Amino acid sequence: MNAPIIRLFVVFMVLFAGLVGATSWWTVLAADSAQDNPKNQRDLLRSLEVRRGAITSAGGTELARSVEGPGDTFAREYAPEAESVSHLLGYSYPLGIGDAGTERFRADALSGVSDGLDTLFEQIAGGRPDVGDDVRTNVDLDAQRVAIQQLGGRKGAVVALEPDTGRVRVMASVPGYDPAALEDDDVYSDLATDDENSPLVNRATQSLYPPGSTFKVLTAVAAIDSGEFTPDSVLDGSSPQTVSATPLSNFGGQSFGPVTLTQALTDSVNTVWAEVGVRLGDETMTEYMERFGLYEEPPIDYPAGQVDVSGAYDEDGEPVKPTGAGLDLGRIAIGQAGLLTTPLQMAMIASAVGNDGVLMEPRIAREITDRDGRTVDEIEPERVRRVMSEKTAQQVTDMMRNVVDSGSGAAAALEGTGVAGKTGTAEIDVQNNINQLWFIAFAPSDDPEVAIAVTVERAVGGQGGQVAAPIARAVLESLLD
Amino acid sequence: MTERNRELFALIPASLLVTAGFAAVFIQRDDAVSDVSLTYGAVFLALCVAVHIVLRLKLPNADPYLFPLVAVLACFGLVMIYRIDDTLAREQAQWFVVGLVAFAATVIGLGDHRKLERYRYVIALTGIVLLLLPRVPGIGQQVNGAYLSVNLGPVSFQPSELAKIAIVVFLASYLRDTRQMLVQGARRVGGVTLPPIKHLGPLLAVWGLAMLLLVFIRDLGSSLMFFGGFLALIYVATNRLSFAAIGLALFAGGTWFFASTVGHVQDRVATWRDPFDDRLYDQAGGSYQIAQAIFAQADGGLFGEGFAQSVLNPPEGPPLLPAADTDLIYAVITNELGLFGAVALLCIYLLVVERGFKTALLATDSFSKLLATGLTAVFALQVFVIVGGVTKLIPLTGVTLPFISYGGSSIVANFILLALLLLISERARAEAKEAR
Repeated sequence: MNAPIIRLFVVFMVLFAGLVGATSWWTVLAADSAQDNPKNQRDLLRSLEVRRGAITSAGGTELARSVEGPGDTFAREYAPEAESVSHLLGYSYPLGIGDAGTERFRADALSGVSDGLDTLFEQIAGGRPDVGDDVRTNVDLDAQRVAIQQLGGRKGAVVALEPDTGRVRVMASVPGYDPAALEDDDVYSDLATDDENSPLVNRATQSLYPPGSTFKVLTAVAAIDSGEFTPDSVLDGSSPQTVSATPLSNFGGQSFGPVTLTQALTDSVNTVWAEVGVRLGDETMTEYMERFGLYEEPPIDYPAGQVDVSGAYDEDGEPVKPTGAGLDLGRIAIGQAGLLTTPLQMAMIASAVGNDGVLMEPRIAREITDRDGRTVDEIEPERVRRVMSEKTAQQVTDMMRNVVDSGSGAAAALEGTGVAGKTGTAEIDVQNNINQLWFIAFAPSDDPEVAIAVTVERAVGGQGGQVAAPIARAVLESLLD
Repeated sequence: MTERNRELFALIPASLLVTAGFAAVFIQRDDAVSDVSLTYGAVFLALCVAVHIVLRLKLPNADPYLFPLVAVLACFGLVMIYRIDDTLAREQAQWFVVGLVAFAATVIGLGDHRKLERYRYVIALTGIVLLLLPRVPGIGQQVNGAYLSVNLGPVSFQPSELAKIAIVVFLASYLRDTRQMLVQGARRVGGVTLPPIKHLGPLLAVWGLAMLLLVFIRDLGSSLMFFGGFLALIYVATNRLSFAAIGLALFAGGTWFFASTVGHVQDRVATWRDPFDDRLYDQAGGSYQIAQAIFAQADGGLFGEGFAQSVLNPPEGPPLLPAADTDLIYAVITNELGLFGAVALLCIYLLVVERGFKTALLATDSFSKLLATGLTAVFALQVFVIVGGVTKLIPLTGVTLPFISYGGSSIVANFILLALLLLISERARAEAKEAR
């Protein structure tokens, strides 16, 4: 009987080898996928034992911090000021609704997890961090408050960037929410199901709106930078004209004679810019749209799920580039025909013009510091690309100055400081007179410190120049102080 | 060096391990080494030495490595349970003493394992009654859909742990008698060697019992353990691979049939195949357990989190890992000691299995050989069923990890199993010495 006993032992060795294999599978080979499984709460639970770092405004005001909770855990506490920056800040409730915003994007730094090398070392040493780092943001609390005050309960968003660094100085979205109240799951589900107001949606990054005439800035850049036109090129501003087999009118049906491009931007002449778009052709328009960052996720330090991609969208809600797609290029050139952009994207367009033609990556966080205030990580400005030549940028700046100095954006003018801007009034529902109101700008125009995009959602009546421009003016004033 | 001196030396690392283990848990808990850890170590060593003296007196020639290996497993289990819940650890330590007493009682009281042969039908009947006890209304208890434990006043115990020994004793003695006939009466039909018809009855009865367990007791794990032990025995008894293969095919066929028709078996298989499915995950008795076991192991990685450093309980709500002290203790071990610790543990089990089969090889009479083989096989299968279940190699079912999981019946039954193995070993090795 000895031979079968030995063979039986071999069988058990094979079975045990299977156990070793299965254990290796879960501990090493498939460990990452198990750890990333949304049902796996271990990282979250462990993070409760870490004193999570604070999030502060640019001025150092504490917006979120951790306090000792039950047992060995810590609980998140939000300052009253947090409500005015709710979307930018986000929230972190590991046991409840999860996390969002900067709380989510900077979770590793906040909970003290640094890079992979440290993790491997920590694995061998068996230790884990128990204190996280602080995150200082670029947000200017005063200007942020001004933005929200100015929106005055109207749904909309304001985004203000530093053109040369990409720093996000203001990111306001109305309506907002109180991050402290979301600890209660019921409050969260009420807000999450409020489809009429969508208070949890960050309108600055997640809402896609027709940009209307503000998009003419992009068309102007394409026109001049491609060498096809100059600011002094003269086109026919009469109205209506037939574009894509349908008549297109200027605002209020006003007919202009032959006008220069500068004049056409100042008076926002639809027929001229539609003709420019058509004459540039789909390839040139696509090229400049891509250069400005449309059709790609804006490279902002904010969770991917909370950032939407701007561009022309087809009926199925899929982004479609003009190249060879047979789109109504004339109307795209004036910000219509399925073109949808986020306020962040429009601020980036203004910012690139203001930064001598170079687009920078928007940055919410400025630096990561440890508990003792030492800087662990300085967040450096990152250049996306040169969008246009310096000369084009200068010429388009001059054109945009005219809009504020003597055109539709007069309400944004600041005393003693040149403002370059563009208004937008995108018709959403002509019958009920519902428009998306816009204003984008940067100032001071000779050496820009701030670029801004303001939008008011589905306003009844009104124009961008009357409603959005004053909001931009107030925020610019606060930031340029 | 004599067997018993080797055993004594081998016990030293076990005691050091338990001392170091407790010290590690204390340090993690209180940031200070308490001399209580030394006390635990000393008490543990004293108990082991006591058992060692019993062995020295009664079984001087028995295998020297089995007891120290088991001592390592037991102390390892004690530390792990202490880390999970110190009240349970105290109870487990008491069960450990009871187990050692049962061990000594078996060694002294039985004296010669061959006496068991005389009572084979009584033992078989006892085994079957024990297995069915959990279905008796009033005392039986359903846990996680399976009927495995019995409540007698304050004590709850799992009769299947003792039943597995009884069934193996019966099968070993039955097969000793019939093995010749099984082999000689065999016919070849279409290239496959079939056992003779008249002996097919008892074999089908065992198969029926395994199927009964599956459906009636609702436990695939025990059923697999019993039937696997039976197949191992029939293979060793007859040296006919085809018998084992036929048995395996019957078992697989039966399991497949019930897995596709009986609700609770279906659920078990479904949770095994897709533990992360939302519906199964949220279902009571669904895949939450296996999913959490997987997360715990993934958390462990190569080196583990370290003693007492894994996440077991969220600040509020039920524990993260259900049955961490019993069914899922392997997941906790992997979580805290990593792949290396888990493989080391499996190696210790494999060494125990190796010593068990070695005992079977050395034994001279058929009954001893078969008994040693059967006991070792069910022991190894039990480890395979629970570790395989926790690692999702096979569907997870509730059997204990021998000597490590919390549970009185498991500890006591496995110590009796160990006592039987040592009794067989004593006889075999003594005879071998005389022959020399």
